[in-house]
Amino acid sequence: MKIAVCVKQVPDTWAEKKLRDDDSTLDREAADGVMNELDEYAVEEALRLAEANGGEVVVVTMGPERAAETVRKALSMGADAGVHLVDDSLHGSDALATSYALAEVLAARNFDLVIFGSESTDARMSVVPAMVAERLGLPQVTFAQKVDVDGSKVAIQRQTEYGYDDVEAELPAVVSVVEKINEPRYPSFKGIMAAKKKPVETLTVADAGLDAAKLGATAAWTKVASFAARPPKAAGTVVTDEGDGGAKIATYLTEQKFV
Amino acid sequence: MSVSADPQSRKALVDLAQKFTGREITPFLTTWETDGMLPRDLHRRAADVGLLGIGIDPKLGGSGGDFADVVAMTEAMIGAGASGGVISALFTHGIALPHVIDEYHRRVDAADVDGADYLLAQTIEPVLRGEMILSLGVTEPDGGSDVSRLRTRAERVNESWTVSGAKTYITSGVRADRVVAAVRTPETGEGAAGITLMMLDPASPGYATPRALAKMGWWCSDTAELAFNEVPVAPRDVLGLGLGFASLANHFVSERLSLAVTAYATAQRCLDLTEAWAKNRETFGRPLISRQIVRHTLVDMYRRTDVARVYTHAITDRYINGEQLIAEAALAKQTAVEAAEFVANAAVQLHGGMGYMRESEVERHYRDVRVLGIGGGATEVMTDLVARLRGY
Ligand SMILES: Cc1cc2nc3c(=O)[nH]c(=O)nc-3n(C[C@H](O)[C@H](O)[C@H](O)COP(=O)(O)OP(=O)(O)OC[C@H]3O[C@@H](n4cnc5c(N)ncnc54)[C@H](O)[C@@H]3O)c2cc1C
Ligand SMILES: Cc1cc2nc3c(=O)[nH]c(=O)nc-3n(C[C@H](O)[C@H](O)[C@H](O)COP(=O)(O)OP(=O)(O)OC[C@H]3O[C@@H](n4cnc5c(N)ncnc54)[C@H](O)[C@@H]3O)c2cc1C
Repeated sequence: MKIAVCVKQVPDTWAEKKLRDDDSTLDREAADGVMNELDEYAVEEALRLAEANGGEVVVVTMGPERAAETVRKALSMGADAGVHLVDDSLHGSDALATSYALAEVLAARNFDLVIFGSESTDARMSVVPAMVAERLGLPQVTFAQKVDVDGSKVAIQRQTEYGYDDVEAELPAVVSVVEKINEPRYPSFKGIMAAKKKPVETLTVADAGLDAAKLGATAAWTKVASFAARPPKAAGTVVTDEGDGGAKIATYLTEQKFV
Repeated sequence: MSVSADPQSRKALVDLAQKFTGREITPFLTTWETDGMLPRDLHRRAADVGLLGIGIDPKLGGSGGDFADVVAMTEAMIGAGASGGVISALFTHGIALPHVIDEYHRRVDAADVDGADYLLAQTIEPVLRGEMILSLGVTEPDGGSDVSRLRTRAERVNESWTVSGAKTYITSGVRADRVVAAVRTPETGEGAAGITLMMLDPASPGYATPRALAKMGWWCSDTAELAFNEVPVAPRDVLGLGLGFASLANHFVSERLSLAVTAYATAQRCLDLTEAWAKNRETFGRPLISRQIVRHTLVDMYRRTDVARVYTHAITDRYINGEQLIAEAALAKQTAVEAAEFVANAAVQLHGGMGYMRESEVERHYRDVRVLGIGGGATEVMTDLVARLRGY
């Protein structure tokens, strides 16, 4: 079985995030890059499936040069090979463009299963897995809290508010996973050593045969017109109780249309 | 080849050591301190992620990498809240296994295939899988600094040996599955030449562990007294007849550098904890850090820590490149131990009453660092050694 895991490098979850003044995109230089946390679960699941069913795990990322670190991390966890789509013209790509680029890269490589984390901590759209599935014309079995592969079928438990749904699809298919699914391993020292020697294919937009007109900030379907920092918390209103505190609070709540 | 030479791999190694410490060590450390020992399971977990075998050839069951990686790992683990006691107990094999590996290579060179395989399969590999705990027994009740005078004796009985005597202060000696013991073999000579390392099995008749020793610090690291009364030793467990002292001396440099790393890494941890404390804690209506004397104390702590670290790193790099650095390793140990004692003391002081309490981490470091100037070559002995090497 050939499994692809799509991973994204995001700014460190704990770092303060900033938008760039020039083009209102996320300033990726301002903070350390780490593998999107949910993608660690995706890598772990891919490794477990490959260990249980035999097969190969290829980690796929689109991102700036620095994202190579994230590919390396997945390789040190145990993935076999990497594909890194890196090109200045990708900067500012929205979810539609990202899904287009990833779908093309994936389509050219014939995977039996493509695994995603269910959302990234920076953009938090949760749409790329579904968009990629749609573009590839593959079944999407998303938000999995459990994944089983049996022959040519994949069966998942889709996490829901009320519990879970059992969902099945024929392979090839696209899966996204939620946190509950596993406990990601940390790379072992041997894995760290081995990662340096594993093959990573670096692709430009041209190498991947992508249409540059569909990518980058200019092709984005939405634009950030302006942005402002969240205003600092206001001091609030202090009500001094002079025997009429209750009435004053009631007046305040009525004025604010709470009651 | 040092993994640490590549920044990405180094970051990954540091991440691994920090995560491992945060998940597998710090949540349980207080319990282990009370228990007086580490659980065996921890050795297996550390082996699973490759931490036990760093610096050891993968062909022998190690993880690869070199001493610089051991240094990076130790710094990261202590920086994430492990303690000197954890390092000494979890990596006890670090001082014992090299002697077994040396003998393994001698047997390979001598085409003693069975003898080499025996060491590999019965000791080296299981230790690196975290399934076997291996201690080094050199120190005796009437002397540790002067190894050449040790008195535990081996008598020849036909082809085999019996060992009689006593060892003390043996790290992991309570839990040990094998002890590499330094014993006197008069037939190989007097003094240093008459010392041989033999591997003893605690399950043998005549072997006893009379006491687990209660200590000032390193509580999670069990320390034992061992007694041998005609303990039988098979020839295959003799690690080079008469080569004991040379083998011990061979590994003095890495042992002393390791202790130096534990020392300055502990100092750094104490400094980090104290900096955070000084920023939060207010006295007389102002944060501690707003006082010049506190800021200057922090600088003093930082200066000593950083000087020890940079010197030790420099010596480590040269050592990895094959230089013989006996004096420098002794000085690194001394410098780092001084730093650790000063910094741990200042950390307790700046923590005030809290620094004296069991619940504060600096209290443990304060007790843990004290042994570093005694074990692995007492400070005075190091100084005297350097005096001789420098011709003073
Ligand atoms: C917690 C702990 C763990 C240990 N683990 C191990 C272990 O795993 N294996 C092992 O074999 N040993 C171990 N040791 C023993 C350690 O190596 C010895 O304690 C050390 O070598 C000192 O020997 P000693 O205690 O016999 O002190 P002594 O040799 O009696 O020396 C006592 C003191 O006298 C001074 N001194 C000694 N010689 C001189 C000199 N020539 N000039 C000036 N001053 C001198 C020093 O201040 C020294 O501290 C451990 C010790 C401790 C405390
Ligand atoms: C074992 C023990 C028994 C005790 N028994 C009693 C008791 O019976 N009754 C009682 O009331 N208290 C008792 N105490 C409390 C003791 O008096 C306080 O710990 C001490 O006054 C320090 O206060 P603190 O711990 O709050 O430290 P803090 O006041 O927070 O000071 C912490 C540290 O900051 C530094 N520092 C503080 N202020 C300054 C400054 N202005 N400039 C520069 N540096 C400064 C010092 O290094 C100090 O150690 C006891 C404490 C201990 C540890």
